[in-house]
Amino acid sequence: MNTTAFPTAAPAAELITLRDASVQFGSVKALQPLDLVLHRGDRLALIGANGCGKTTLLRLLHGLQPPSSGERRVHALQGRAPVQAMLFQRPFLLHLSVRLNLRLALWLAGVPGSEHAERMAEALHRVGLETTVQRQARALSGGQQQRLALARAWMLRPDILFLDEPTASLDPGSKREVEALIDEFARAGMTIVMSTHNLGQVKRLASRVIYLEAGRRVVDWPADRFFTDVLPPEAALFLKGELPWH
Amino acid sequence: MTAFAESFSLAIDLIAQADATLLHIVGLSLRVSFTACLVGALAGLWLGAWLAVARFPGHRLLVWGVNTLLALPSVVVGLLVYLLLSRSGPLGSWGILFTPTAMVVAQSILVVPLIAALTRRIVLDGLRDGGDQLRSMGAGELTAAALVLLHERFAVLTVLLTAFCRAIAEVGAVMVVGGNIDGMTRVMTTAIALETSKGDLPLALALGMLLLGVVGLLNGAIGLLPAREVQEAQRLV
Repeated sequence: MNTTAFPTAAPAAELITLRDASVQFGSVKALQPLDLVLHRGDRLALIGANGCGKTTLLRLLHGLQPPSSGERRVHALQGRAPVQAMLFQRPFLLHLSVRLNLRLALWLAGVPGSEHAERMAEALHRVGLETTVQRQARALSGGQQQRLALARAWMLRPDILFLDEPTASLDPGSKREVEALIDEFARAGMTIVMSTHNLGQVKRLASRVIYLEAGRRVVDWPADRFFTDVLPPEAALFLKGELPWH
Repeated sequence: MTAFAESFSLAIDLIAQADATLLHIVGLSLRVSFTACLVGALAGLWLGAWLAVARFPGHRLLVWGVNTLLALPSVVVGLLVYLLLSRSGPLGSWGILFTPTAMVVAQSILVVPLIAALTRRIVLDGLRDGGDQLRSMGAGELTAAALVLLHERFAVLTVLLTAFCRAIAEVGAVMVVGGNIDGMTRVMTTAIALETSKGDLPLALALGMLLLGVVGLLNGAIGLLPAREVQEAQRLV
């Protein structure tokens, strides 16, 4: 396999480990067997063309997709399972008010009722949606809905935040707002795993990049190396296509 | 045309006079079908949600069975319930044959497959959109299905209205297990059947119009619900 391992200077805590994990849908190999370690504090970007396996790897890491072979291990963090949350390209918000959407998420996560009000207020303040608490979540604009979904995820105080093309369907202004929030969360210590087509976003947000092609991991490098070093030919071609000025 | 005009005028007269017998028939029809829908909803919503998320050997066969039962003739349901509740039947000791309770039982059986099949479809579609998100937030399969039903509550309401319409409009089952006893188990559809057999077609048609009017009113009230919610949302903005 033409893969370069990500060298860790100082070993950070391991959060999720994949060992020879693959995903197959019927006769289609969506993800070839791979070993992968997600460390605490990683800002991992998964990139590649459509259908290359980014979302499958994201779902596998999050636990939404069980491996067809191999194993996925979640490591304890300070004696407990790390809290995980995921943000989807099109956030799924229930046909309920903003308040009820947030309350349901807290209830599902098992957060005690006494903490609900404080966490909701804090999360809405964080994403600048304090005034929308009584509004129907689905009546918000696309950017506001994505920010609300971010608030819903952040409110759970996740150790790992998975993002599936979080700004793909947003206008430039909303894109900037959502990116700024993700950056803020990462700076606060949250581990980020994100699939994206946007290489500018990778440059701005990621510390580590995995390039996938046809379900195979081709590159797993620190982000600064990814944009400066000589890449394997298939990754170089992808980068060239995405960044014509590179 | 004359028969229709006469029937229409008769229907208006019947309503205007607020005839006690007619009010009893309309009231009993609504009560029986509403209760049957409630019972059917408890069973059908759960069954539909479970069928949408459960996977076990024979699952497809069960789904096929429920879908096939959508075409269950009401008179066959009536016959089965009659056999169960008749004195020589396994549930004969209950002594509820030819009572409104028996009619509720028959109509409940009639609407359960309808509610279950449509609920399963709603849950499947909802989970396709938001299943990953709900599971990601920690919802189990049945909880996710329940949340989808909450999310799609107006679609669920439409399903329940459809079931209510199926129940209130059927005649075969209530005729067999209710017996169309005047003042006891006579509902609108059995009254229509009786008046038709007696040759009083204008009265039969007038009762038919009343039946449609009652369902129309209910439908209109439910149709207004989403609009009210939107208005409420706009008011809060």
